[in-house]
Amino acid sequence: MKYVDEYRSAELARGLAAEIASLVRPRETVRIMEVCGGHTHAIYRHGLEDLLPPEVELVHGPGCPVCVIPMGRVDDAIAVAEQPGVTLATFGDMMRVPGGRGSLLEAKARGADVRMVYSPLDALSLAAKLPDRTVVFFAIGFETTAPATAVTLLRASAAATPNFAVFCNHVTIEPPLRAILETPGLRVDAFIGPGHVSTVIGTDAYGFIPREYGRPVVVSAFEPVDLLQSIAMLLRQRAERRCEVENQYTRVVRREGNAMALAAIAETMELRDDFEWRGLGTIPRSALRIRPAFAAWDAEELYTLPGARIEDPKACRCGEVLTGQIKPWECGVFGTACTPERPLGTCMVSSEGACAAFYAYGRLRRPTEEPVGT
Amino acid sequence: MARRKAVLRDELITLAHGAGGKATRELVEALFLEELGNDALATLGDAAVVEGAGRLALSTDSFVVHPLEFPGGNIGELAVNGTVNDLVMVGARPRWLTAGFVIEEGFPVADLRRLVASLGAAARAVGVAVVAGDTKVVERGKADGLYVTTAGVGTVADGVDLGPHRLQPGDRVLVSGTLADHGMAVMVARGDLQLEALIESDTAPLHELAGALTGLGDALRFMRDPTRGGLATALNEVAETAGLAIVLDERALPVRPAVAAACEILGIDPLYVANEGKLIAIVAAEAADEALALLRQYPVGAEAVVLGEVREEPEGMVLLDTTLGGTRIVDMLVGDPLPRIC
Repeated sequence: MKYVDEYRSAELARGLAAEIASLVRPRETVRIMEVCGGHTHAIYRHGLEDLLPPEVELVHGPGCPVCVIPMGRVDDAIAVAEQPGVTLATFGDMMRVPGGRGSLLEAKARGADVRMVYSPLDALSLAAKLPDRTVVFFAIGFETTAPATAVTLLRASAAATPNFAVFCNHVTIEPPLRAILETPGLRVDAFIGPGHVSTVIGTDAYGFIPREYGRPVVVSAFEPVDLLQSIAMLLRQRAERRCEVENQYTRVVRREGNAMALAAIAETMELRDDFEWRGLGTIPRSALRIRPAFAAWDAEELYTLPGARIEDPKACRCGEVLTGQIKPWECGVFGTACTPERPLGTCMVSSEGACAAFYAYGRLRRPTEEPVGT
Repeated sequence: MARRKAVLRDELITLAHGAGGKATRELVEALFLEELGNDALATLGDAAVVEGAGRLALSTDSFVVHPLEFPGGNIGELAVNGTVNDLVMVGARPRWLTAGFVIEEGFPVADLRRLVASLGAAARAVGVAVVAGDTKVVERGKADGLYVTTAGVGTVADGVDLGPHRLQPGDRVLVSGTLADHGMAVMVARGDLQLEALIESDTAPLHELAGALTGLGDALRFMRDPTRGGLATALNEVAETAGLAIVLDERALPVRPAVAAACEILGIDPLYVANEGKLIAIVAAEAADEALALLRQYPVGAEAVVLGEVREEPEGMVLLDTTLGGTRIVDMLVGDPLPRIC
């Protein structure tokens, strides 16, 4: 694979690992949070922690879009899927997330028509193929996936598609980052900024992190060499007493982001007053809903949803995992009552979830037994 | 009085073809017997009586692949190779097959004939006879075209004993060729991913490869064809049963560039994707080179490699030494909602 091989070069990785080792002082601890679940997955898949000196500790952040969806919203999606004549389309990972009434996969086994799609446009094509049914797309994700949903809404509106709707659960990245930064006593020294989200919102959007909270940010791509380079850049900032937003993912990400994508989101969606995040609680102005002009394609307008708030199982500590306060294995049910086959919490469902990634790839060793948080 | 030769004039399968009457007889005689015929099957008795026993290996497998025909193969060929490969993995010589067909009402007879002919050709290529069969027709919408179930019987020579219990630390793990071809070929062929890539299924019988390796005697410990769940799942089962560890070298994993690219785009790990014409062999360290040479003499084994080795610890686990120099766990597949591929 021409396009990724150089970003997986063992030689480049070794060089960067040596540079990283030279930038830390013996026995200090530098805690770096990778915000994005895609980064978490890549770190474990490539065994990246083995290349880092013990002084660098990676802390997994909240950027797994499946992981932050609360159980009540899953139940709402199941309620939509169970409406007569409705076909619910969503991303594969979302189908296994447990709500209060089981998962969408279980609803499918009970007879609901639930289908896996790779993009919202696939869901719109499905609507064209199933004229007798209404296809509802269960939309999730940060600013990364919101533009695709926005474009789909614009197309549905332009074609006046009668049998398509979106159940919008898009969220924005800044509010959970602020929530983490304001967690009392949280010890995260630096951030690896999300890559895909940044292609849309740009690197300027993270300016508040160094400015208001005094932590450096490097926006990073997803291959192992990218991640090592980003870690080296963060440590170099520290060595040179700089604290700013830098961009490692220059091959795709621009300072100002993608104006067309942002315009599509702004045209079709607006901020909700508040939204419940799994593990983080209700955060004001942290999620998007469909604008009234597109109400004809808004599942929340078309169907009566239970809208119940469902408490996470008591034993589940996804909230603390999502905010980097504990590592996956420090949760009492990790690997016992909560496994990828029978997940209790969302972090164990998606391959981008910190618990699932650690369970799948990293159980071999525990880099530190010390709690990361307070 | 000689019975008139049955003729099948219908173009579509109807419920009548499954009703057990005249139409069923026409279908069986004019299609199945014609394509699969042999003395044992031609008696059309309630059961086939065959000669020659001793130690027997038995296996059965159902095939529900969608689409029925895909680049590199089809359900007929797959139904023979799948069951034959299960038999040869335990060191058996495949001898007899049975085939059950669940056909959906409205299925074109021409398509059925093509698939059954392919099944027959695959059986002849391996030297097995389809000695018994069954046909059922179900209402439209109930069977996705065609489902096929095959069962196989093979004979096992005295002294052949393969299994996870024979693994020793230090043994080498070989695979007979590239990974993930079948699963990705079928996923791409379904067309709902909007990917255009020329990826062919690897469906192939492994009787020659397995036969050659059996010649290694005690140095051959274990064989398995990594179908659904892929290499990762197959090796996890072995490691767990044996109570030993298997450590793979990521740099040695053979994956075709187009397959690797499709996997990358879809976020699928080729270690978990099905193969239908590959075998994993675990052999004594000193026999690894000979095993590799034996596999490489056949076209289906030309790309065989040594992938890794058996170690004492960590017990029951499969690990991967990554290209970057790290180590990670290779876990079993967890029920992903992937399409039907076999």
